[in-house]
Amino acid sequence: MAKQIYTKYEMARYLRKEALPTALCPGCGGGTVLNAFANAIDQLKIDPRDLVVVSGIGCSAWIASPYFLADTLHTTHGRAIAFATGVKVGLPDKKVVVISGDGDLAGIGGNHLIHAARRNIDITVILVNNFIYGMTGGQVAPTTPFGAITTTTPYRNIEHPLKIAETVASAGASYVARWTTFHVYQLIESIKKALNVKGFSLVEVISQCPVQFGRRNRMKTPAEMLRWFSKNSIPISKAKNMSPEELEGKIVIGEFVNKEKPEFTEELNKLIDEVAQYYSLGGEDAD
Amino acid sequence: MRYPFPVGAADFIQGDEAIARAAILAGCRFYAGYPITPASEIFEAMSLYMPLVDGVSIQMEDEIGSIAAVIGASWAGAKAMTATSGPGFSLMMENLGYAVMTETPLVLVNVQRSGPSTGQPTLAAQGDVMQAIWGTHGDHSLIVLTPATVQEAFDMTIRAFNLAEKYRTPVILLTDAEVGHMRERVYAPNPDELELVYRKLPVNEEEAKYPFGDVHGDLVPPMPIFGKGYRTYVTGLTHDERGRPKTVEAEVHEKLIKRIVAKIENNKKDIVDYETYELDDAEIVLISFGIVARSAMRAVKELRKEGIKAGLLKLNVVWPFDFELIEKIAENAERMYVAEMNLGQLYHLVKEGANGKAEVGLISRIGGEVHTPGEIVERIKNDLR
Ligand SMILES: Cc1ncc(C[n+]2csc(CCOP(=O)(O)OP(=O)(O)O)c2C)c(N)n1
Ligand code: SF4
Ligand SMILES: [Mg+2]
Repeated sequence: MAKQIYTKYEMARYLRKEALPTALCPGCGGGTVLNAFANAIDQLKIDPRDLVVVSGIGCSAWIASPYFLADTLHTTHGRAIAFATGVKVGLPDKKVVVISGDGDLAGIGGNHLIHAARRNIDITVILVNNFIYGMTGGQVAPTTPFGAITTTTPYRNIEHPLKIAETVASAGASYVARWTTFHVYQLIESIKKALNVKGFSLVEVISQCPVQFGRRNRMKTPAEMLRWFSKNSIPISKAKNMSPEELEGKIVIGEFVNKEKPEFTEELNKLIDEVAQYYSLGGEDAD
Repeated sequence: MRYPFPVGAADFIQGDEAIARAAILAGCRFYAGYPITPASEIFEAMSLYMPLVDGVSIQMEDEIGSIAAVIGASWAGAKAMTATSGPGFSLMMENLGYAVMTETPLVLVNVQRSGPSTGQPTLAAQGDVMQAIWGTHGDHSLIVLTPATVQEAFDMTIRAFNLAEKYRTPVILLTDAEVGHMRERVYAPNPDELELVYRKLPVNEEEAKYPFGDVHGDLVPPMPIFGKGYRTYVTGLTHDERGRPKTVEAEVHEKLIKRIVAKIENNKKDIVDYETYELDDAEIVLISFGIVARSAMRAVKELRKEGIKAGLLKLNVVWPFDFELIEKIAENAERMYVAEMNLGQLYHLVKEGANGKAEVGLISRIGGEVHTPGEIVERIKNDLR
């Protein structure tokens, strides 16, 4: 039965079929993100052979690996962007994409995220923010809303969530956007833009983890979570005229940054050319 | 290709500088690092030289990121290196294991300083022997080289790259603040005098399907590096020959790990390297490595002068470990001594190797100063009294 579905699903050609069906829970937002990413690649007609996908550890990391059929580096928890930095410097002509979770990229790996944005290295990061450490059983994440119940904040969360898109924007990325799994078409468009931007790009996707987050926070079903995303989302243009109090608990969606800025690997290669010319070393026929 | 330093000639340079130059001659074109004494000079030299040889040297946000970037670059096809010291070495342990598990060639230099923790940042130690060998979690094997002179630091850096490429494994160059900061005469060969090894690449699509399969029967799979259209899947999870995660199958795990260990252990004869001095008729055998081996050598000379039949075994590789060699030497020796700048690390390996055939003593020194030859001589003479 499973096989049949995959032949009907057009995007299946971008997936490692032997790894399917995915290990994601039914109703998990991860599937939506995978689908959006595959559609973006398809619409841009990017040959997956020109793509390297890097991920960390967590449910969201599995979206890219093993499911996406490209050169894939499934790395250690939190470090995907650092690994991707080496890949991108080594293969500056390839598109390098990191797909991983909020705990992975903004918690344990937060430092790599900030500094890659600061360097403005041409890596596209799709950060799946489900407000929770899903894979390990629903522990509090740096993104968990104030007051939420998790397995390590069984009474309530007394910490405040990190605003990832805003943080990365101020760190200096070329492109930053936030959408939710409810806003699938905007998400696909945004991933396409991110892939085409020369520089560091982040697409934060607010995603549902009904099993580890929703269930403990009065949103048992995926549908309830999506409804919550839809009701609570505020376009960035509107949010600009709202007070912090009015924005409390809201999800600001849209494009935060889209600007041209010198990119790291291009600057690296410019530097190598400059230096090589100055010292007339470099090439085989230099002397 | 011209080099931004003398080749086919001798120069008077620091150990750290020698490591950087040797890495470049070995074909290293990617370096990522984070500043730390006493390894920073390697990083600074790389930053200066790399752009001149069409290479890249970048500063990461920490040592975790440095080794991660090195692994990424290695999968992108580059010969890649990072260097650090104690605190940074500790931070690298998780991703070192990732490199073992994913069979990623790389060179990791640890210019040892006294620890634990921040310890004595500018002073030498050999306290990371066990960490180098066993610091990353889980069953594994890797290669650890131990230079004693600046020339050896140079030569062993080239060898480190060759071994990393040949066996598709991380190789640790375990040196120390003394060797790293000392200036000595170093001969850098002409590039055409060098024998360089490059990783095996798949020769066809079929081979590329098995990034972790023993397709040539030599335990070392060809490496389908990224960007060639192979769509390789690399994971730190237990994986089958195709790279597919298989996390609950005991047989898959056993097969993978046993091969990763065997590709090092079965090639011990090729990898292990040591020197002997006055060992043939030695009743007292000193065993040492790195900077301390130089004091030990001197001590042997002094002891001989006084009519004591002493000899030296200087280990240039401390892992894989040649237990059989130690046992053979133990059979003809009355006493063995391990001289090292720690409270006894190599000592335990030697004791295991000696297998009760000879008594094994430890001549230990910590605090940042290398043993003086006299100290070693005194200790041995005292024991003989
Ligand atoms: C160094 C390290 N610490 C802890 C873990 C355990 N761990 C695995 S996944 C994970 C959380 C992942 O959370 P997130 O990135 O939000 O992904 P999600 O599962 O929610 O998609 C943790 C803590 C690990 N693999 N490595
Ligand atoms: S635990 Fe949550 S994030 Fe993980 S697969 Fe299930 S629903 Fe998705
Ligand atoms: Mg999460």
